Amino acid sequence: MPRLSVWMVRTALLYLGVGFTIGGLLLFNKGVYIDAAIWRLRPVHAEIALIGWTLQLALGVAFWILPRLTRTERYGRTWLAWSGYGLLNAGVLLLAAARWNNGPAELTLAGRVLELLAVAAFAVYLWPRVKPFGK
Amino acid sequence: MPRLARWYIKAGLVYLVLALLVGVLLQARTVIDLPGWAGRLQPVYLHLLIVGWITQLIIGVAYWMFPKFTREQPRGSETLGWLTFGLINAGLALRTIAEPQAGDLGWVLAVSAVLQVIAGWLFVINTWARVKER
Ligand code: HEM
Repeated sequence: MPRLSVWMVRTALLYLGVGFTIGGLLLFNKGVYIDAAIWRLRPVHAEIALIGWTLQLALGVAFWILPRLTRTERYGRTWLAWSGYGLLNAGVLLLAAARWNNGPAELTLAGRVLELLAVAAFAVYLWPRVKPFGK
Repeated sequence: MPRLARWYIKAGLVYLVLALLVGVLLQARTVIDLPGWAGRLQPVYLHLLIVGWITQLIIGVAYWMFPKFTREQPRGSETLGWLTFGLINAGLALRTIAEPQAGDLGWVLAVSAVLQVIAGWLFVINTWARVKER
């Protein structure tokens, strides 16, 4: 597995653990009441579990498993994919922080823009790797 | 494909069908009279789909295809793998039963939550070392 995939899949695994833990808190609190403030973690839970875990895992595995470009080029413009990794996680963390306490709408917007740039970078990077093997 | 991976993927398929069945119920409410619990199925629908189907499919395929851990233990601890399988499915099944019951089964929801959180971390622990460069 190439290095970026190791980073992405491991980061995704951490988000899975944290996302499940927050989800567990929400569910516990729904059944056996602890504190009303826990409910505010709901959008944080959704962000971390959907983007941090599911999407990041899919992109990390795609970087690993899709056909390489050519024998010499191999992974190609990896800086694009690494930028995508950085932007995606900056976006998730910013959104988690911003949405927890109903923070300023500008922060949430900034987080969404970061995520958009991340997936755009990834889409551009992955595009030429979606091709027949060995061509 | 190892046996445990087959169980994950088949359980995932069962949850996929169940999720869409719940989706039909949610929509049917708008056309015919259904008991009150049917109105509380939205989070059940969502999590049957995302945890029951997508996450279990990922876990099953990861267990099967991720780089080998060691020659003796290619897929990490099989015991931990089965434990994760039991916990996540028991947890999700309990949630499916209890969440629409509007408070009557609160403690079941709490148990379900704990089971799923443990399952999540056990999967992380058992998979971590398999995510590596050659
Ligand atoms: C990959 C895993 C998961 C994903 C992608 C996910 C996603 C979501 C999403 C999108 C929502 C809706 C948030 C909203 O409407 O603002 C939600 C709500 C919730 N999730 Fe999850 N979730 C995951 C796993 C879990 C787990 C493992 C648990 C419990 C142990 C959990 C417990 C909850 C609870 C209690 C709610 C609120 C339900 C309600 O509105 O009454 N989630 N989740």
